[in-house]
Amino acid sequence: MSSSDVLSFSALAPAYPELLLAGGAVLVLLIALFVKGLGHRAVAALAILLLVGALGVLLLVPADGVLFNGVFVVDAFARFMKVLVLGGAAASLLIALPAAHEHGIDKFEYSVLVLLSTLGMVVMVSANDLMSLYVGLELQSLALYVIAAMKRDDPRATEAGLKYFVLGALSSGMLLYGASLVYGFTGTTQLDQIVKAVVLDTRSIGLVFGMVFLLAGIAFKISAVPFHMWTPDVYEGAPTPVTAFLAAAPKVAAMALMIRVTTVSFGSITRDWQQIIIFLSIASMVLAAFAAIGQQNLKRLLAYSSIGHVGFALVGLSSGTTLGVEGVAIYMAIYVAMTVGIFAAVIGLRTTDGKPVETIDGLSGLGQQRPFTAAIIGVLMFSLIGLPPLAGFFAKWQVFLAAVEQNLFVLAVIGVLASAVSAFYYLRIIKVMYFDEPVAEFRAVPGELVAVMGVVGFFVVSYFATLGGPLAAAAKTAAESLF
Amino acid sequence: MILSDHLLTLITLLPTLGALILLAIPGHSPAAIQLSRTVSLAVTLVTAGLSLWLWAQFDATNPGFQFVENYAWIGESIGWRMGVDGISILFIPLTAVLMPAVIIASVNSVHSRVKEYLVVFLVLETFMLGAFATLDLAVFYVFFEGTLIPMFLIIGIWGGARRIQATYKFFFYSFTGTVLMLIAIMAMFWQAGTLDIQKLLQFRFAPEVQTWLWIGFFASFAVKMPMWPFHRWLPEAHVEAPTGGSVILAAILLKLGGYGFIRFSLAMFPLASAQFSTFMFVLSVAAIVLTSLIALVQTDMKKLIAYSSVAHMGFVTMGIFSGTVQGVHGAIFQMISHGIVSAALFFTVGVVYDRLHTREISAYGGLVERMPRYAFAFMVFTMANVGLPGTSGFVGEFLTMFGVFQVNTWVAFFAAFGVIFSAAYGLWLYRRVVFGALTKESLKGILDLDRREALVLMPMVVLTILFGFYPAPILDATAASVNVVAQTFATAIGAAPAVVGSAQ
Repeated sequence: MSSSDVLSFSALAPAYPELLLAGGAVLVLLIALFVKGLGHRAVAALAILLLVGALGVLLLVPADGVLFNGVFVVDAFARFMKVLVLGGAAASLLIALPAAHEHGIDKFEYSVLVLLSTLGMVVMVSANDLMSLYVGLELQSLALYVIAAMKRDDPRATEAGLKYFVLGALSSGMLLYGASLVYGFTGTTQLDQIVKAVVLDTRSIGLVFGMVFLLAGIAFKISAVPFHMWTPDVYEGAPTPVTAFLAAAPKVAAMALMIRVTTVSFGSITRDWQQIIIFLSIASMVLAAFAAIGQQNLKRLLAYSSIGHVGFALVGLSSGTTLGVEGVAIYMAIYVAMTVGIFAAVIGLRTTDGKPVETIDGLSGLGQQRPFTAAIIGVLMFSLIGLPPLAGFFAKWQVFLAAVEQNLFVLAVIGVLASAVSAFYYLRIIKVMYFDEPVAEFRAVPGELVAVMGVVGFFVVSYFATLGGPLAAAAKTAAESLF
Repeated sequence: MILSDHLLTLITLLPTLGALILLAIPGHSPAAIQLSRTVSLAVTLVTAGLSLWLWAQFDATNPGFQFVENYAWIGESIGWRMGVDGISILFIPLTAVLMPAVIIASVNSVHSRVKEYLVVFLVLETFMLGAFATLDLAVFYVFFEGTLIPMFLIIGIWGGARRIQATYKFFFYSFTGTVLMLIAIMAMFWQAGTLDIQKLLQFRFAPEVQTWLWIGFFASFAVKMPMWPFHRWLPEAHVEAPTGGSVILAAILLKLGGYGFIRFSLAMFPLASAQFSTFMFVLSVAAIVLTSLIALVQTDMKKLIAYSSVAHMGFVTMGIFSGTVQGVHGAIFQMISHGIVSAALFFTVGVVYDRLHTREISAYGGLVERMPRYAFAFMVFTMANVGLPGTSGFVGEFLTMFGVFQVNTWVAFFAAFGVIFSAAYGLWLYRRVVFGALTKESLKGILDLDRREALVLMPMVVLTILFGFYPAPILDATAASVNVVAQTFATAIGAAPAVVGSAQ
């Protein structure tokens, strides 16, 4: 690649969304600082507008290409994943609005940090070089450390922020170490060049070491077992809207990175990384299924649930095929939607004395008192189990189909049995909401959240009839652009 | 004509449309509840009418699939394919005709969250009809597994005191079995390159592949059926479920297992079915004999009928895996007959439960004095359950035993004991509940069937006796397709040694 690729502004077309976000984030920060009397809600609205704008640019003027001397790539896969990241970020900003005050995030910095973190994520998704990968990853992480601890006077939130920071820094260190080994043994940092230097029969053990560290670092970010330890504590401690953001957007970006690194850089040694991914997948599915059973705290439960879902998504990647990547793409899309929906409900639910509902038992009798909210939560739970005809089933269908194609029967059978075990804790929420008698009165859920829940509920229930076809087609194009 | 081109789709989706209408009815006032009941009754009646029309239009001489629809749907693998043949056709009117009865019966038995109850049942109807009508394996799975959601809610919300344990047990038994079938379905897709059931029926799976696929499907259907020893969830689910739930569970959901065994295990994996036939016979006979004995000692009416269901399903699996024309024919007949009779028995239990709120057999006795009409209906259904000639119960049991006799005399011999035991528990139950002196204070004021209950039960009395004396409508509709299934099975096993021989 020559450096002439950035001579004109129109040559930058593939990076328009990133440029818009970067410029916009700075502008929003300046506006928030210098325009007097601008509330945090207005700043959040600007931020949402900016994210939606970037989404619009991405969808309406799609441009593929490799930029900046090959460190930045935009292909169908990157665009698919960026849509999820931007959509997830915008939705989590939106659902944070009604409860911003009590969660201590009613500051304009919150929205700006979310914007910067999202910028880091889209850079990660488009990273085509170990350096741009690391820069994107750190940008999103550093912003996240701050917002996790944003409720300064709450010991739980600060503890969560600190834990997240320490373990996140550790993982970044591992990732960097792995990157340096990979560079040392291949002589290049560019992801699509690495593959040319890696030959299955002559690959050195040092390179495999580097790959393992690299994957371990990314596994931290997607919170796959055994690198999941931070997840339950951070999910529980961080303010709920922050948890929603954490669960929705960064995982997609890190998963995109995982897919790109494995399939593009190490495409020639699939056998080597396949066993790592299979291990991560089985460990995540099984541990999450059993560990979640004993949880009482709703957010902790959702943390284990997200660990389990990462395991299921990795089933698709384990196959190492186009179909598998397609499956992961669909899985992440459905996962983001379900996550946003469930967190909208958790943020919105509070008893009449104003206390947020934090435990599972606190949901007792919700089915009678707030039928709509309970119905949406119920549908989401059935969908998270993976019961047809809801969206969650079609997510699992595609990843398991890919695994079975590659004859990974042990993985598939363990996976479906883990989903049977995980059904236990999802059903418990339904049981508490519908089968138990009410213990407390619930307040009405704010309108924005009802709207979000309605959209998600509609998506999950009608997936097979409405979005299923187009989404599968888009994911197919995305996956094919990698191989 | 659009209607007849998409008849199966229409029948399948109509109940869900009704459910959507119910959701649009605001409030929980008595008027809103009344309106919901009327709407759901109307929707189920129209569905039932269409399903009967479908049966009338069905060409019984054609063994292939009819009313076929075929559209691409999600991705490249899943398609919206519908069609019925002689194996599946009868289950559609059975399901659709029972639903109005369930809706009518709910007036007396369901008083809380009525609208939700109706919505859930209508959605359940779509899933059941879809499972029988679809010709796409993935869509079959979607409908088959989809039934777990409404059923979990029905038992859990409207069930009895120990409903939570019962509904969990129901869910986990079914779910664990079914997900293993999912893996088998995916493996079939990669083997045959399609999920179209019509094409899969033509595809010949390699013998060792068949064995694994057969096990995957067995895990699901054996639980659904249920076969001994996977039946443990059934008595509890039946006891705790509300009347409508028990009726649908016994009459339709169990039949999904039997339908699956014929359509998939027997027709697609004939070699594995032959290989496992002894195993299936052992489990079937164990179910027939053991659960009949267990039924004998039950003190709860619903539990007794639940165990007798397991025993009757034993005849079905025995007939299916005999692989003979009579065996399969009898299995289908037995399923339809049991669908009517077990549904009716659960309705009859529901009638007295609504009055006394107990299902203990010892709480009753001498009902004939106060409830002559009830006693008559109960007697017909008991006789049919026992398998008395002249009732629909006899034809199925006779045919399955006739079928299995050609293959294995000992199986037929032991199964015959089941018939004797069923007479014992059936008649004894009837004696304890209906005959004797009416001594209990609580029974002195009990009322006979009201108009609504009679409306539900009397058509079933007629059908039970009609199909006992004149089984032709059922046997004719299924004959052509059953012949094909049995023939393919026979050819496949006949050809198998030759294949093995040529490989050597």
